[in-house]
Amino acid sequence: MIKLYDYELSGNCYKLRLLMSFLGLEHEAEPIDFYPGNQHKSPEFRQINPLGQLPVIDDEGLVLRDAQAILVYLASKYDTSENWYPSSDPAILGQVSQWLAFADGITTTASAARLHDAMFYTQIDVDVARAGANKLFRILDEHLYFAELDGQDWICPGDHPTIADIACFPYIMLSEEGGVSRMDYPAIRRWTDRFKRIPGFVVMSGVFPAGPAVEKEAERAA
Amino acid sequence: MKCEDKVLLNDWHVVADLANLSKGSNHSTNLFGKAINVSLDADGNVTCTKDGKPLTCQLKYGFVWTCLGEPSRDILHVPEAFEDDRFVVSGGSFAVKTSGLRVVENFLDMGHFPFVHTGWLGEEPHTEVKPYEVELTEDNEIIATECYFSQPVASPTAEGAIDVEYVYRVYRPFTVALYKTNPHYDDRMDYIVLFIQPVGPEDCVVHNMLCYIKNGMSEASLRWFMQLIFAQDKPILENQVPRRLPLDPRAETPIRADKVAILYRRWLRDQQVNYGAIAAA
Repeated sequence: MIKLYDYELSGNCYKLRLLMSFLGLEHEAEPIDFYPGNQHKSPEFRQINPLGQLPVIDDEGLVLRDAQAILVYLASKYDTSENWYPSSDPAILGQVSQWLAFADGITTTASAARLHDAMFYTQIDVDVARAGANKLFRILDEHLYFAELDGQDWICPGDHPTIADIACFPYIMLSEEGGVSRMDYPAIRRWTDRFKRIPGFVVMSGVFPAGPAVEKEAERAA
Repeated sequence: MKCEDKVLLNDWHVVADLANLSKGSNHSTNLFGKAINVSLDADGNVTCTKDGKPLTCQLKYGFVWTCLGEPSRDILHVPEAFEDDRFVVSGGSFAVKTSGLRVVENFLDMGHFPFVHTGWLGEEPHTEVKPYEVELTEDNEIIATECYFSQPVASPTAEGAIDVEYVYRVYRPFTVALYKTNPHYDDRMDYIVLFIQPVGPEDCVVHNMLCYIKNGMSEASLRWFMQLIFAQDKPILENQVPRRLPLDPRAETPIRADKVAILYRRWLRDQQVNYGAIAAA
């Protein structure tokens, strides 16, 4: 079984829990005491990931780090429909990769601001982190707005969400914990609402499900 | 807002969790809006200063405590912290953008379990808070008893849903604890206490100490569970408006389930605690 070195409050670990839940893939979680224990920086954990970062998976002996890389791996190996990582279309593949890199930018800005505000990561320049997050949110909001005009629901063109949506979702959804409001990004807010209604969606602490009333309405409309 | 509440200024408050301090390090924080520096030297001695001048300071339960005035009482004694068969650990300190008094009130509230801690501490449609008892003790503490709630996953070692009994206890304005059924014992309870640091009137750091019976449990799973639950509360707390706790009985309409909160607000009024509050008209 896939083993996930996990921390409940990590948005990057949450990305993998989301994909595995969407795919109906079972896993075993090994909780790492990220805060306040700093276990991910311990010599023992650096044997598993020399960068001292979460998440890491171990799939039958293949040890992989980096949330985006693991999304690519899991989708390629376990999603036979190729919906989540449409690797046969070069244009889509390029776009998915582009937004996976963008998601890393969300981590270094929105997630950093959250660590600063809640967990005493005082070495982070929170104003720079928040400004960076707002810049990225503006770009994604515009992108999603024009995608909606084209009848598209997701970050990359197609009828199905991709791992790019998964990679961008967590730290956008948790941004208020770092003092970054989503008030000015209506297309992002509509997209997060759609995301929460993907079958198999699970929450993490700090993320709440879409309201049941809205779900029922969506069922009626469908 | 300047703190002028004697009962608060002459009391001990946590300003750092030792788990966050490495030897030879400095930690800057605030207490009642005053900048405090906490440092831990290579020998493990801790000092607290304000404006470069030393403050009275103690280490207890793995936390650094200080007092801005003259301490009128000791740091709270928690007997559970001295029982050998319990883990005594910090679940991790978290900064929360609201008044610490709001955090106390949320901690005392069972009504939010099914909605905020869905699938863990409660589940719809079992949303009713059954009547419970509240009293003010001779030691000027608030105790709520006979609090029962059915919980899908009540603790890191729970196997399936159980009916949980809680006892809530407010010792001091920013110190609140609960005792909770341990799934493996009929006669012993797990214990959680929050030592809330009033950083500003609308900002706090929630420090917590977990005294859980070790049987079948690991420290890592204990921390995991505490953080899972607390991080569900955090966005709710930070979106409550106003951020200060209104003490006027007409300010926010209570329901029967808020019996303990009603007493808490009255008790704060009676002790003239206004920091982090909106005073009654």
